[in-house]
Amino acid sequence: MTTAAPARVAPARATTRVLRRPEVGAAVAALAVLLFFTVVADQFLTPSGIGTWLNSASRFGIMAVAVAMLMIGGEFDLSAGAMTGATGLLVGVATTGYGLNVWVAVVLALVVALAIGALNGVLVVRTGLPSFIVTLGTFFVLQGIDLALVKLVYGQVAVQGFSDVPFVESVKPVFGGTLAIGGASISVSVLWFLAVTALATLVLLRTRAGNWVFAVGGAQASARATGVPVARTKIGLFMTTAAAGWLVGMISLFQSSTVQSSTGVGDEFIYIICAVVGGCLLTGGYGSAVGAALGALIYGMTRQGVVYAGWDSNWLYAFLGVMLLAAVLVNNAVRVRAERLR
Amino acid sequence: MSAPLIEVTDLGKTYGSVVALRGVTTSVRAGEVTCVLGDNGAGKSTFIKILSGAHQHSEGSYRVDGVEQHMSSPRDALALGIATVYQDLAVVPLMPVWRNFFLGSEPRRGPLRMLDVDLMKRTTRDEMAAMGIDLRDVDQPIGTLSGGERQCVAIARAVHFGARVLILDEPTAALGVKQSGVVLRYIARARERGLGVVFITHNPHHAYPVGDRFLVLRRGQSIADRPKAELTRDELVTLMSGGAELDALEHELERDHPI
Repeated sequence: MTTAAPARVAPARATTRVLRRPEVGAAVAALAVLLFFTVVADQFLTPSGIGTWLNSASRFGIMAVAVAMLMIGGEFDLSAGAMTGATGLLVGVATTGYGLNVWVAVVLALVVALAIGALNGVLVVRTGLPSFIVTLGTFFVLQGIDLALVKLVYGQVAVQGFSDVPFVESVKPVFGGTLAIGGASISVSVLWFLAVTALATLVLLRTRAGNWVFAVGGAQASARATGVPVARTKIGLFMTTAAAGWLVGMISLFQSSTVQSSTGVGDEFIYIICAVVGGCLLTGGYGSAVGAALGALIYGMTRQGVVYAGWDSNWLYAFLGVMLLAAVLVNNAVRVRAERLR
Repeated sequence: MSAPLIEVTDLGKTYGSVVALRGVTTSVRAGEVTCVLGDNGAGKSTFIKILSGAHQHSEGSYRVDGVEQHMSSPRDALALGIATVYQDLAVVPLMPVWRNFFLGSEPRRGPLRMLDVDLMKRTTRDEMAAMGIDLRDVDQPIGTLSGGERQCVAIARAVHFGARVLILDEPTAALGVKQSGVVLRYIARARERGLGVVFITHNPHHAYPVGDRFLVLRRGQSIADRPKAELTRDELVTLMSGGAELDALEHELERDHPI
């Protein structure tokens, strides 16, 4: 080359390359949490212990991965938690209350979830309002329906007798089954978690749609100028989050054979926290599915670890807050370092 | 001399009763740089909006390859090979260079329609090399490149996607001396590759070394359209800065500050 190539564009060293990945901070933090509870609680690293915290992590992780994609696309979905409750209730009430076939009910719940997701997306794209506000609205509407409508048509706020519904046993292996792996009983939800994370990673890093997700979140005007279909991308993301909500709703319902009107309320913040711990920027355009999955793993490990350590389970919140802040700080420091060093 | 890619004759534009541009005549040829100079409000923006298809002219003629055109959108201009690189560059700072390069037109392959990452990275590297930038790490976020290098990615992208005429809107305006030099070098490189370049600037010192033809606008009118052979640097500076007005200003300032 004849012209001067500035020294700054020298190839990055392998270590810098690794450190530049958004999920590195979460990986370090997850390892720290794992070691900590392994030392503090005897049961933590036993097969049954692992099965328990993996199950816990998976139910949050599926959502965290979807929410991370949405956050990379520059939006939030506060209705994500209530969605897990609403879809579960829909199936529970329709089958036990109205005798609907359970398979039909499961598919119907997916259709309803996708419709709500699309509505969220269209409202955000059309109005230009912050998704924080729009989905806060949908969240409260869903919460209201979960409580009032269910009480009205069903007479109570928790589904009863779900395990007696015909054909439930034929659906259960799909969402609520367990697999015996090396002495541990691993929930099928863990497989869903792995599959969702792998699929999300593939979509984000190796497809056109994934490229568009990063672009609409990183610089919407630039994305539009280069011909990226911004509205379609965002609506798709909201529908993805809603579909993930449905999946988690089904997993909760078929694992426990019951669902309450309050199921999932408040979890939407856990999802966002997991995504942020996993390296997602609150401002969009940066993050990873693997990171969010690791964030959920940290959450699941902490949640069960506190119990195994024999502490008052309410310490979970305080402990979690500290862990999260620490993880975010580690994450931030690593990222800043990676961006400075090239 | 080759036939002009773009030829405008007595081009004018009125917004309602406001005359934004009047009587502009110039040409852009393959392998040449046509500089458009003017102070703020001189009509440069209106002129490039017409060239890039964002606005339609209301007077005169705009011919591409000798054919009269009335474009109704930048897409029409792009189809004719006229690409505009705006100041904000339409890049996503946090995304790697290679993803930015292909944003909106990503090549895919295989039955699963996955991104052809190897092709994307290789093409980005090659196209940047053709612009004279040895970008070995195309994985770095484009936001970590210097302003000049980012300009060059935007230019290389336009060239790769079939541009024959590049319209560069104030590419050096936000840059320091050194970075401006980098961009000017790439403008020269694009010219050597046989592209027609329309270089909009308000800096005659940036325009003169790289330009082959100079169009100077003032208050919506063309006050000069000359090839380099008929214009010295000093003449250009004088034309650009308002000639007599500047002399008067100089006079006034000198009296205020006796040495």
